[in-house]
Amino acid sequence: MNVAARVEQRVFMKGNEAICVGAIAAGCRFYYGYPITPQNDIPEYMSAHLPTIGGTFLQAESEVATINFILGTSASGKRVMTSSSGPGISLMQEGLSYMAGSELPAVVVNISRSGPGLGGIAPSQGDYFQAVKCGGHGGYRMPVLAPHSVQEMYSLAMLAFDLADKYRNPAMILGDAIVGQMKEPFTQTPYVPTVSQEKPWALTGCAGRPRQHVKSLYLKDNAIEVHNWKLHRKYLKMQEEEVRYEDYHLDGAKIAVVAFGTAARVSKTAIQWARREGIAAGMLRPITLFPFPGAQLEEIAKRVDVLLVIEMNTGQMLEDVKASTTFHDKIRFLGKPCAMPTPEEIHGELRKLAGRGR
Amino acid sequence: MTTDVIMAGFGGQGILMIGNLLSIAAMEEGRHVTYFPAYGVEMRGGTANCTVVLSDEEIGSPVVGRPRACVVMNGPSLDRYLPAIREGGDLVINRSLVDPAKVGRKDLRLLAIPANDIAREVVGSQQLASMVALGAYVQRTGAVRMQTLFDCLPKVISKKYEKFIPLNVNALKEGESFARNHA
Amino acid sequence: MTDRGKDRFTKKVYARPKSLVDVKSHFCPGCHHGIAHRILAETIDHFGLREQTVGVACVGCAVFLYDYIDVDVAEAPHGRAPAVATGVKRAQPDKFVFTYQGDGDLAAIGTSEVIHAANRGENITVLFVNNTTYGMTGGQMAPTTMLGQKTSTSPYGRDFRKDGYPIKMAELLATLEGTAYSARVATSTPAQIRKAKEAVKKAFEMQIKEMGFSIVEFLSTCPTNWGMKPLDAQKRVLGEMSEYFPLGVYKERKQADFL
Repeated sequence: MNVAARVEQRVFMKGNEAICVGAIAAGCRFYYGYPITPQNDIPEYMSAHLPTIGGTFLQAESEVATINFILGTSASGKRVMTSSSGPGISLMQEGLSYMAGSELPAVVVNISRSGPGLGGIAPSQGDYFQAVKCGGHGGYRMPVLAPHSVQEMYSLAMLAFDLADKYRNPAMILGDAIVGQMKEPFTQTPYVPTVSQEKPWALTGCAGRPRQHVKSLYLKDNAIEVHNWKLHRKYLKMQEEEVRYEDYHLDGAKIAVVAFGTAARVSKTAIQWARREGIAAGMLRPITLFPFPGAQLEEIAKRVDVLLVIEMNTGQMLEDVKASTTFHDKIRFLGKPCAMPTPEEIHGELRKLAGRGR
Repeated sequence: MTTDVIMAGFGGQGILMIGNLLSIAAMEEGRHVTYFPAYGVEMRGGTANCTVVLSDEEIGSPVVGRPRACVVMNGPSLDRYLPAIREGGDLVINRSLVDPAKVGRKDLRLLAIPANDIAREVVGSQQLASMVALGAYVQRTGAVRMQTLFDCLPKVISKKYEKFIPLNVNALKEGESFARNHA
Repeated sequence: MTDRGKDRFTKKVYARPKSLVDVKSHFCPGCHHGIAHRILAETIDHFGLREQTVGVACVGCAVFLYDYIDVDVAEAPHGRAPAVATGVKRAQPDKFVFTYQGDGDLAAIGTSEVIHAANRGENITVLFVNNTTYGMTGGQMAPTTMLGQKTSTSPYGRDFRKDGYPIKMAELLATLEGTAYSARVATSTPAQIRKAKEAVKKAFEMQIKEMGFSIVEFLSTCPTNWGMKPLDAQKRVLGEMSEYFPLGVYKERKQADFL
């Protein structure tokens, strides 16, 4: 393919808008939401575009209502999405638990901001626990995807819909203000479905079949225990089949950065600088935060001298890193709660770990 | 080659527009580029800024702690970004609103351009001051080709205002020629 | 026996509605959920909607709707049924969508969802069963609990200085532009049951004609948690409850005059 043709296909867009383009490409025609910074580009884009392609945009009175609009449309068998930021995602936790219990697919985007509480609108990765461990009640899991570029905002949005349908479960995209607000060119690769979108369980009226229900209440005998084990097997299957990560210069690396999303993006610059100085640095970048690439991490831990975990919080993924490896003495942590680490800072840390002067 | 620039000024000066134009031009030249604007509450302080990173290889951080260049369109932005610019970096200031005496640093390649005056008196519209400054920045740094900027104007100017494209071309050219004459 | 007399014994005067599942009721003796269920099922049959209906069940005694009504049903979190119904209706405007909610669900935790669904003129039908208490959890004070009424969490009786007043949802929702129909009915006498059926029919018609949001509030009983015999519970509905919560139609849109 010649350069001109390749250039022709690239689109220059905000990350938040690229999510919308990906969702629409994946067949999402329903979006519900409630305003909150820094993700308002998403409802604004959807409110302008969905009505022109026969879709539905509806602004809810709260995120509590939003997630239940989502529940109803998902129960109707349609692909549906919402987006919000920390405080709004907190309000959706009840609905997410019900959806996991009722086995309903949907895509929920968290363009996270600083917390706890009202916090601030600075970029942050403080919602890792809420997303990965799942903040609703009862114990459930969902695939969590962490894009680090506008290209991934687009492609992981499409993947999130497929994972949600494959497992009949909500799927989350965990971004932050940087990857949401930044613009960069991306290629609109066509959507290629990897799952069937037939939903015989959907509530469409019981014409020609017995009535059916979408529910999470199981009161009889040990029905809820049976249901829990069924869900658990689903989560195990996610761990077997859905681990995704980027290996960034790990071959021969002595220092392995472990970072996701914007922290990983910034780390790439620092690693480029370090490698030019002959420092053998690389990075394991989890693309799926759940399932976490724990086995891959343990393999890398055996080979390297240092695992440098970098997060825009005070250490959340750090716990999953520790749970994945026995080499705890190799783990170092660089945390920047509610702020982005600069390439200079990370570069300085890499130099220090490599025994170079600052 | 990798370069980056922070552009800053008042809201309404067209800062985000010149950032977008520079980014799209870089994309059209087949390069990697990221554009990151100020967002949220920062927009309410009456200031606007954006960071553009251009590179021939994959770009890591879209946000830059120590920029290689700054285009400063008003006084408060000079106070904020002057200390951050890398040694030997390029600083383009809008002399119509920013006092060059306040720059102080001798380790920068300074270009003080009366962007408002040129826009108003030569181009014919003071609203194009930022476009004049962009022309000067691009001439000074060679970040992209001038012709690519001209070609990309229709992508950042809405149909409603497309009759102003020639005026924007003039603004870029005036900035370019000022920079060439003050090299 | 004359021919005429024979007719009297072969003419069918009562049958289980097609949309009512043939199962033994789990509701307490004297509870009116069964009556409301039957009215709902009869009305679904009347309009021939069984195969085009999606119901939304709430949290509380009313959740078991799906064991009794032979239609597709989604279960909503507590209070969220109007939001879930919104999601169903927006995705499938051609389906008949209703919610079935108790007073704790609709008038306390779900106040926001029902008000905004009504205000949007969401083209759904809400059946609201008000028995002035939280039945399933053991008779706690509800937003509709009467002044002076003793419950397991108002053991000294509801005091307006502390707990405010019983909330009148049919009147409140009738004030909203998006509401097409709002009525309060009771089911304590055969005449009231006939009127209740007419009200539910009207509410269904509103949705069928795409007129907007419709709600029917049922004054109901909870003999178990009230600590009353079923007959005394009926008297309470006919007496103090109907006095405070007057029966009647609070809003009825006559034509699509809301544009």
